[in-house]
Amino acid sequence: MSKKNCNNPSSKSVDRRSFLKGTAFGLASLAIPFGTSDASVWEAFFQKHFREMNDDEIKSVIKRMEKEYADEYKTGFKIKTTGPLPGVKFGYGLDLSRCIGCRRCVYACVKENNQSREPQIHWITVLQFEKGEKWVNVFEEADRYYNPQEVPEEGHFYMPVQCQQCENPPCVKVCPTQATWKERDGIVVVDYNWCIGCRYCMAACPYGARHFNWGKPQIDKKELNPDVHYLGNRPRYKGVVEKCTFCIQRTRENPGRYPACVEICPVGARKFGNLLDPESEIRYCIENKRVFRLKEDLNTSPKFYYFFAI
Amino acid sequence: MSDLLQPVKNLFTTMKFMAKGGKWYYGWLAFLSLFILIGVVSYIKQLDQGMILTAMRDQVSWGFYISNFTFLVGVAAAAVLLVVPAYLYNFKPIKEIVLLGEILAITAIIMCLMFVISDLGRPERGWHILPIIGAMNFPSSLLAWDVLVLNGYLAINCTAVFYVLYRLSLGKEYKMSVLWPIIILSIPWAISIHTVTAFLYNGLSSRPFWNASILAPRFIASALCSGPALMLLIFQIVRRVSKMEISDVAIFKIAELIAYTMGLNLFLFAAEFFKEFYSGSVHLAPMQYPYFGLHGHSKLVIWMWLAFIFNLTAFFIFLRPKTRENFFSLNLACILIITGVYIEKGMGLIIPGFIPDVLGEIYEYGPSAIEKGVSLGIWAFGALFFTLFLKFALPVYTGDLRFKSSGSEKTE
Amino acid sequence: MNLKSLSKILLIVSIPVILLLMLSSYAASADDTTDYPVPPPPFSEGIFPCSGCHAGMEANTNRRELSFHEDIKLKHFDGWCFNCHNPGDRDTLRLASGKIISFKESEYLCGQCHGTMFRDWKVGVHGKRTGFWNGKKEYRLCVHCHSPHQPGFKPLKPLPPPIRPEDSKYKTSETIPLNPLDSIKE
Repeated sequence: MSKKNCNNPSSKSVDRRSFLKGTAFGLASLAIPFGTSDASVWEAFFQKHFREMNDDEIKSVIKRMEKEYADEYKTGFKIKTTGPLPGVKFGYGLDLSRCIGCRRCVYACVKENNQSREPQIHWITVLQFEKGEKWVNVFEEADRYYNPQEVPEEGHFYMPVQCQQCENPPCVKVCPTQATWKERDGIVVVDYNWCIGCRYCMAACPYGARHFNWGKPQIDKKELNPDVHYLGNRPRYKGVVEKCTFCIQRTRENPGRYPACVEICPVGARKFGNLLDPESEIRYCIENKRVFRLKEDLNTSPKFYYFFAI
Repeated sequence: MSDLLQPVKNLFTTMKFMAKGGKWYYGWLAFLSLFILIGVVSYIKQLDQGMILTAMRDQVSWGFYISNFTFLVGVAAAAVLLVVPAYLYNFKPIKEIVLLGEILAITAIIMCLMFVISDLGRPERGWHILPIIGAMNFPSSLLAWDVLVLNGYLAINCTAVFYVLYRLSLGKEYKMSVLWPIIILSIPWAISIHTVTAFLYNGLSSRPFWNASILAPRFIASALCSGPALMLLIFQIVRRVSKMEISDVAIFKIAELIAYTMGLNLFLFAAEFFKEFYSGSVHLAPMQYPYFGLHGHSKLVIWMWLAFIFNLTAFFIFLRPKTRENFFSLNLACILIITGVYIEKGMGLIIPGFIPDVLGEIYEYGPSAIEKGVSLGIWAFGALFFTLFLKFALPVYTGDLRFKSSGSEKTE
Repeated sequence: MNLKSLSKILLIVSIPVILLLMLSSYAASADDTTDYPVPPPPFSEGIFPCSGCHAGMEANTNRRELSFHEDIKLKHFDGWCFNCHNPGDRDTLRLASGKIISFKESEYLCGQCHGTMFRDWKVGVHGKRTGFWNGKKEYRLCVHCHSPHQPGFKPLKPLPPPIRPEDSKYKTSETIPLNPLDSIKE
């Protein structure tokens, strides 16, 4: 059975792999395909933690991955491993007085970051609150499934939530395998090849920012973004956790583009920049606007600032 | 040459003993095997198509597997309740049956590990959690701690059980000087496995339902009810089907201990209930959900009150000497406690941690067919493992099975 | 030639060059190469230059129902065309101070009343700014988002809500949903 699949180049390699995994006696330790000629499966299995690999090892891993992706998605991917820029700590601002809840950011993010369309994964959740005495810490009042003809709706305000890139990230603290960590520029990243899918980080995250690939991620070939980063938007695997990385594949360049959600926002409610640069717009927001951070009492110290520009 | 072959021969003897049994025994094995098969098929499906076959989603990211895991850690930890009086106070009637408790602990830990592995999205990467060859996040991650303490506990209990059985199977008395240090170590360790498991949830400030200091004490208290209650049932079965003698005194003593721990468990529950509802802060919602429902969502309510009524009833049954020394009411109370704690420390503990989720959404979780299948399979495996283990251990204990260090075995 | 005379020549040459540079930079700020890099103003199709029609017309400063620009309903402050448009040259705008500005730097006109917004806009906090966070940025004029005649932001149709967890099931179908963003023409 596996031989037949192997010789058939048109069948998707990951499908075969997962099929083999499934038939491997149902034992976790034996869930690796035996008897397959595909050596890269073994290489993938024994791949080291991203931060423990040297440059040569990273290079060979990238080469293998680019081939795997090319085989699977029939698209040439360029996987970057760009490191953090010196003297940069990213910060994000979101103007609650402007956001109209149109969800353009949600889908721009999905497209830029190659999120699974089926089953659906969204890194940004837009919450609709009723204006009134209840404040944003009473989340049961929020609705994320609002769908009127037009937004903004009278008497409501909107609060998009995504990874807050905490300075003190609870998800990193709890990860049993160190598969997620905070980079020097403040971005919390995941090594999708090291994550075991225990979802402890999802239980620990106070912002619902982490998302699990419950099924095999599926994306239409036409919609793939081939400009990817190892720690960011490269296509993910079934059974691993993923999250917002402030569009690491864009923002770590020099000059670096704004994240996709900033770029798409029709009302300009989203602000992004270097917290260490006193001239950046994010610093201006923090210094001149009424700013708050979500669930401040948890001491996660997010680098995501909600503000009111009015 | 015969010396080298001896272990193999002994193994065959053991297997012969395991294979021997009446109609009921084979029926029981077949019954369990059927469920194991269901479990294996379900798990293969889950591996193949992904965790999307479970009812878990981003909103409720842990479910039935982790609930069962939590309950079973409690069962495993409860072996300590038997060890403490048996060895520290030399309470003879219980000492006789400590072995059974330790075998139960081994079984429970193995089941725990199976439940955790079932919950992993990438089980083949499980080795990443190990120290040295993986990248264990120790001491930061409580899950790393849990891996250490659970496997340590498994090792300790295996050592104790195998030492005792080894000595007995050779017809020798086991030495307390060897057993003593193991037991001394196992007592705090048993407490620690359940404490660490409680801390696993307790340490998450994002989940107010778990982020209460009373969680670890409540874990211990409820574990010290359900574990012994399960054992009381097992003891009665064991003494009916084997020659092993378990005195009524031991059973009643354990029942009395359960009354105290259940009393404590109920008190701790009341303390938490009061604090949450009287202060009525924004953290009340996850407490409201399981007991009164939230915004019309009340799937868990009936279960939680059932668990409470069960626990309360069992408490009174165990409290009165008259009812706890009557085998009908005693067994009824045991079943009530096991069910009650299974609900309370299983789904009742895990699910409200996620409802409402951190952004206020209410997704009412209930296990899917695949999750039920896998869980059933693990429970059946546990029962099979325990049965076969006892089938070997009991004859050794009662002297029916003896190995010789060399030469042929002697059986009576 | 000694060093002194060389420096003298250099000085003489450099003075006009510097003057020219200063002049050109002044021109840049005053003329249509604006202070802030913005895309062209969002004129209706074929409407600009206004002088195309208005060149021969005399400016009528009376408030009245317009007979041509009937699509324009002024829902801004209690003003009139020439609060902003230059009656002398319709291809430009006129500030309250009388200063004439191009349509490409209309932010100065809006900034006359909306000072705090203007301040925030300049640093990129009010309104949309794209480009590079650590490099060249592109601004939007106020009028790119706010019609000057009816400045309230137009409501939008929201993109579809996420799929509820209850409805997210295992699917074998080959049809993968497309990104709803593709259907929007911005």
